[in-house]
Amino acid sequence: MTSPTRPTTGPGLDWRARLNAPLLIGGALVLLITGMALLSLVWTPHPPMKVLSTPAYQTPNAEYWLGTDRFRRDVFTQIILGSRTTLYVGVVAVGVAALVGVPLGVLAAMAPRWFAGLVMRGNDILLAFPALLLAIMFAAIYGGSTRVAMVAIGIATIPNFARITRSGALSVLSSDYVLAARAAGRGPLAIATRHVLPNLTGLVIVQASVSFAIAILAEAALAYLGLGTPTGQPSWGRMLFEAQSTLRSAPHLALIPGAAIALAVLGFNLLGDGLRDALDPQLASR
Amino acid sequence: MLWQLTRRLAVLGASIAVSTVVVFGFMQVLPGNPARVALGVNASEQAVARMTAEYGLDRPLVVQYLDWVAGMLRLDPGVEYISRAAIGPQIIDGLGVTVWLVGAAMLLAVTVAVPVGAWMAIRHRHADGVALSALSQVGVAVPAFLAGIVGISVFAVRLGWLPSGGWVVPAQDPVGFLQRLILPAIALALVQGSVLARYVRSAVLEELQQDYLRTARAKGLRPAQAVLRHTLRNAAVPVVTVAGLQLAGLLIGAVVIERVFVLPGLGSLLLDSVQSRELLTIQSVVMVLVVAVLVINFVVDALYVLIDPRLRTGGRR
Repeated sequence: MTSPTRPTTGPGLDWRARLNAPLLIGGALVLLITGMALLSLVWTPHPPMKVLSTPAYQTPNAEYWLGTDRFRRDVFTQIILGSRTTLYVGVVAVGVAALVGVPLGVLAAMAPRWFAGLVMRGNDILLAFPALLLAIMFAAIYGGSTRVAMVAIGIATIPNFARITRSGALSVLSSDYVLAARAAGRGPLAIATRHVLPNLTGLVIVQASVSFAIAILAEAALAYLGLGTPTGQPSWGRMLFEAQSTLRSAPHLALIPGAAIALAVLGFNLLGDGLRDALDPQLASR
Repeated sequence: MLWQLTRRLAVLGASIAVSTVVVFGFMQVLPGNPARVALGVNASEQAVARMTAEYGLDRPLVVQYLDWVAGMLRLDPGVEYISRAAIGPQIIDGLGVTVWLVGAAMLLAVTVAVPVGAWMAIRHRHADGVALSALSQVGVAVPAFLAGIVGISVFAVRLGWLPSGGWVVPAQDPVGFLQRLILPAIALALVQGSVLARYVRSAVLEELQQDYLRTARAKGLRPAQAVLRHTLRNAAVPVVTVAGLQLAGLLIGAVVIERVFVLPGLGSLLLDSVQSRELLTIQSVVMVLVVAVLVINFVVDALYVLIDPRLRTGGRR
């Protein structure tokens, strides 16, 4: 798909040629959700979380675009507000994971072998605690809340960042320009910040996008289990849980938040895939 | 090769040992007095003191830890603080349900994902290949519990073909057992199957660019024959790795699916214990799940060596 003569880095980067369908669709979905979340700060179709003087279980209509739930609240308003929770959880969880995982990965690549071994073994053990399991453990101790959920998801995602950063850093460290920098007398810290980290930006962004999708799924599952975002706060997983008892009479109450979760996950997954292809032309042909 | 396996086995043992410390430490050290946590903030001092004495919660942590590990090795970690039910039998009963669910989901995921993934790769420039590929992206994005809810809503509520949940023992009622297994297994397999199909696709695509395939085509094999005879075997190495990781994912996904379909598996046991604050049960179930994940990863590693002959001669690196 991309011609072999095109430079892979540097000023000749031709972004328009690198745009691909996953990148565009994923980007559009992520922008849509971000837009919704920003919009909810200033406007919602109806007052947030308010019990309205209108019948419950309405199907979508002109006044209530996505209908009303059993508490006579506007579903569209809740979906818009839920996007905020989703993004909030994703940003914090991925932030925690990247802020710990990336330095750890670089350190493991540059430090003595025994230290790298220690970090990687620790990684393996943390990998045995998947996000959902860790979050359930945290909820058992601290009680279920959005904050506990995102920290737990973040901690469980650290190994993904540490692993990918380490392998990326190892390949950067074996390059000629790092050798040149060493010869010029640059210290390890300068090499890490001037050469290794900038070259890992792409890798980390792709990983962040994919991890964002995992975090969204985990938060939705936790809210659904009653261990994440508590009742009274808008959350797509929570909406799904509340809708389950009325599946027969009002299936749209489950399908709408379900679709919102799926679109958000799809968006971040596609964005990650698209960015990977765009940043690494060698993979783009697959 | 033997040396490699021994080394990996040692790493597995060490990882399990460290995880027991992590799980125990996490559950015991952080919350303060476990009796207080179990009984709630409104419990009287006497009730807390009684429970502390009865369960030996005032013994040194090291003694409590060793006691618990010894119990776990016998699959009998003790009795619940509040209900006084023995934990071991509950774990074994739960495993009986969860293993069926995860096994069925894994079987479904692999039998569907491998041919579909290979098809997506072979037809990657055609409309059907692209459509399937897009569909698999959607499959990855749908949470398993949503698939379960939709499944219940369509097949149980609307059509009335299948029960919406519950569990029967296979020996007692084989038909009822299968009827209750099929929906949760499909819901659970959907996400992991989609992920697996995408990996099969990229593994097969990579193999399709190899020279041996051109030779196979040149000697007159049709594309499907060539893929069946040569590509799938070569693509198996990365696929087995991913399938193993998927198995661990299925195990954790089962926790949620068991809730959707009211199945009395390990996940339900875990979530019920979280609600009733049975710390010892939580700790023991978590440990069983973590050991399962570690063992799965070990088996995948070992299989990797068995499948790929190049890794066998490596020995000490």
